[in-house]
Amino acid sequence: MTANLPDPMIPTPFVVQKVKRETSDTYTLDLTRAEGAANFAFAPGQFNMLYAFGAGEAPISISGDPARPETLVHTVRDVGNVTRAICRLKRGGVLGVRGPFGVPWPVDRVAGQDVLIIAGGLGLAPLRPALYHLLNHRGEFGNIEVIYGARTPKDLLYLRELERWRGRFDLRVHVTVDQAEGDWHSNVGVVTKIIGRTRFDPPSTVALICGPGVMMRFTVLELLNRGLKPEQVYVSMERNMKCGIGLCGHCQWGPFFVCKDGPVFRYDRIKAWFDRREV
Amino acid sequence: MDTMAPILAAHPFCKGLDSRYLKLILECASRETFTPGQLLCQDNQEARKFYVIHHGRVAVEIYRARRGAVTIQTIGEGEVLGWLWFDQPYHWHLDARALDLTRVISLEVQCLLDRCAQDHGFGYEIMRRYAHRLAVQFRATKAQLADFYGD
Amino acid sequence: MTASSLKVGARVTLAAGDFQHLLDALAGRGYRVMSPTLEDGRLIYGEIGKVTDLPIGWTAFQEGGTFRLEHRQDQAFFGFAVGQQSWKQFLLPPHQTLWQAQREGSGWGIIPQVQEIPQFAFLGVRSCELEAMAVQDRVFLQGAHVESTYRARRESAFIVALNCAHQDPGTCFCVSMGTGPRATAGFDLALTELLQGEEHGFVVEIGTDRGAEVIRQVPRRAATSGEVDAAARAVAAVAGNMGRRLDTTGIQELFYDNYEHPRWDEVAARCLNCGNCTLVCPTCFCHTLEDSMDLPGAVAERRRRLDSCFTVDFSYLHGGSIRTSPRSRYRQWLTHKLATWIDQFGCSGCVGCGRCITWCPVGIDITEEVRAIRETAAGPPKE
Repeated sequence: MTANLPDPMIPTPFVVQKVKRETSDTYTLDLTRAEGAANFAFAPGQFNMLYAFGAGEAPISISGDPARPETLVHTVRDVGNVTRAICRLKRGGVLGVRGPFGVPWPVDRVAGQDVLIIAGGLGLAPLRPALYHLLNHRGEFGNIEVIYGARTPKDLLYLRELERWRGRFDLRVHVTVDQAEGDWHSNVGVVTKIIGRTRFDPPSTVALICGPGVMMRFTVLELLNRGLKPEQVYVSMERNMKCGIGLCGHCQWGPFFVCKDGPVFRYDRIKAWFDRREV
Repeated sequence: MDTMAPILAAHPFCKGLDSRYLKLILECASRETFTPGQLLCQDNQEARKFYVIHHGRVAVEIYRARRGAVTIQTIGEGEVLGWLWFDQPYHWHLDARALDLTRVISLEVQCLLDRCAQDHGFGYEIMRRYAHRLAVQFRATKAQLADFYGD
Repeated sequence: MTASSLKVGARVTLAAGDFQHLLDALAGRGYRVMSPTLEDGRLIYGEIGKVTDLPIGWTAFQEGGTFRLEHRQDQAFFGFAVGQQSWKQFLLPPHQTLWQAQREGSGWGIIPQVQEIPQFAFLGVRSCELEAMAVQDRVFLQGAHVESTYRARRESAFIVALNCAHQDPGTCFCVSMGTGPRATAGFDLALTELLQGEEHGFVVEIGTDRGAEVIRQVPRRAATSGEVDAAARAVAAVAGNMGRRLDTTGIQELFYDNYEHPRWDEVAARCLNCGNCTLVCPTCFCHTLEDSMDLPGAVAERRRRLDSCFTVDFSYLHGGSIRTSPRSRYRQWLTHKLATWIDQFGCSGCVGCGRCITWCPVGIDITEEVRAIRETAAGPPKE
């Protein structure tokens, strides 16, 4: 008697079509299937396990446009062996993909509402598909405000796109950094401070937040101060992941498996665990 | 002076202030406009003014040799600049530069201090708002120190 | 007794002297019979062929941090509680190659590893261990994704359960966890060993048609009501003489409200973070995936390996680990086992087998830790 392993554990080879350097250590890769031309359908906020042959796997959120599933787009920061191997891939290079996994942003359930997208650092990567979706269906939503913070202007992702979005009349984009030199003309200060300058109607607003833990903690507090209820706030969490499908136990966070119960969580459901340490 | 009253009354720093106190502030107030690039204040200058910004944006900078000006904060409409005026040595220790066309109501610090000393009720109101600004700014600075966007 | 009376739920008696026939019947149906057996002075689960491979006449004295094999006065086949191993090692191998990837020109081809699924007959599976399998079933079979190696091995395994009788209370606490000592479901056959003077035999309860087919090949007779009563009394005696007790009342709230209880510091000061408890625990399922490449860079490999939440690496996220303190790792293990497991899988992760108590090198006792927190518990946290 024999058993075939579950398919979700077997990577599918993808070929690198394009590599774009975003910052000193972060790259955006456009990928297509090595075999066949099937689309890679996903929902904004979901992630893939990216496999660098021989080096290992890392969970990386999908950063492309869900309406253009023929190309799979990932933005990867070189922070370890696996991500370094992925970042070093050139056009024509091959990597393995398992996914998509995880709970997405609730973009298809918030029609008619104002949407705040608040990102810190690399946190814009998993939020970009959500913004694409909102813009693809612009008429369905109220005011859309994007607040994006990074350490310095050099650490900003998707610069050209940010500029393009800033030129739109149906979207407000606030970019802020902690420190700037030279001809930086945008904001300097933390994202929480920018929230005061955005326009939204608290009872019919949803906030989507992704960034490092400390940034999300302060941002949630500020939003609650400004009249949002916990159930109007969504955050994307990060934990060590090995299998991506809720079997290996690594991504446990209290009662949750971040890989299958998240990475996107509605804040009221995780409130009890959000501020606890070493969970 | 009359046109300044509604602007001040609507500004977050003065919002809800008794009209009596608003009048005291108006006695110290004048209008100023800064064009992009123009300095509102400069490091080491004597701090004689407190700026209530009601239009535009200002970059607060620290000058560093070789690297030039580093912007550490931008402030704009609804905010105030120069809130360290209350404490010695009454010198600016930062540069502030208009990013856009910026309109402010500037308040003479000595004038304000005199009125605070004469009317402690007024002094308390000003100090309360001052303390709030301080707390808000302090929180933002702590967040910035925490390497907000680093992992 | 006619073959047609061998139905599910029927009880027969098997003389100890005929036990070899049961082993032979299982082997004859292609099963590898895995059973408690002694190897180099250790009580393990291993493949057996003969009755004499059983640890006949042995018992095991168990206390916190203590496991000692001792001779019994009688010739009981199963006169001991559980040893350090559990059946999970056979259902999800602790080391397994999942697939290999071979360089093909500029690309890679992935070759799934074809798994040979051994046909096991597990002999002497205690009620707590059946419950542990049911717990792992929820993890590996009942979620959105199924672990197929586990499923194949689990479905093919023949289970001969053993109701607990004739053993020291030791570190067991199945009664308070509601998991024993009598096997109620999930077996093909369930044995209760009878030791009454010269009479030595087994009351066998038939759990499945598959079980009935095996029993059909074994010399047996219908169990008398006296034998059935004696078996029930032996099991009841074990139930009434548990070594430990764990109060599970409001256990989730107890843990969630006492996340910063000082007891966590005290237990962390004793805990060596060795991970023994996770290795011996029959429900601990956490595993990791490891990758390697051969020297020429032509063949890459992915392997699965059993992992433990007591390692710092377990929670590693770029730049550092989430659970850096030993306190947080012990807390994670115990909170998961007894509280968050219920949120995740709808059941406790603890079956009261007592292995983590026996095999803890410093004798940390899960029941004692819960009691200590309960006695000095804080109220629910204020909003």
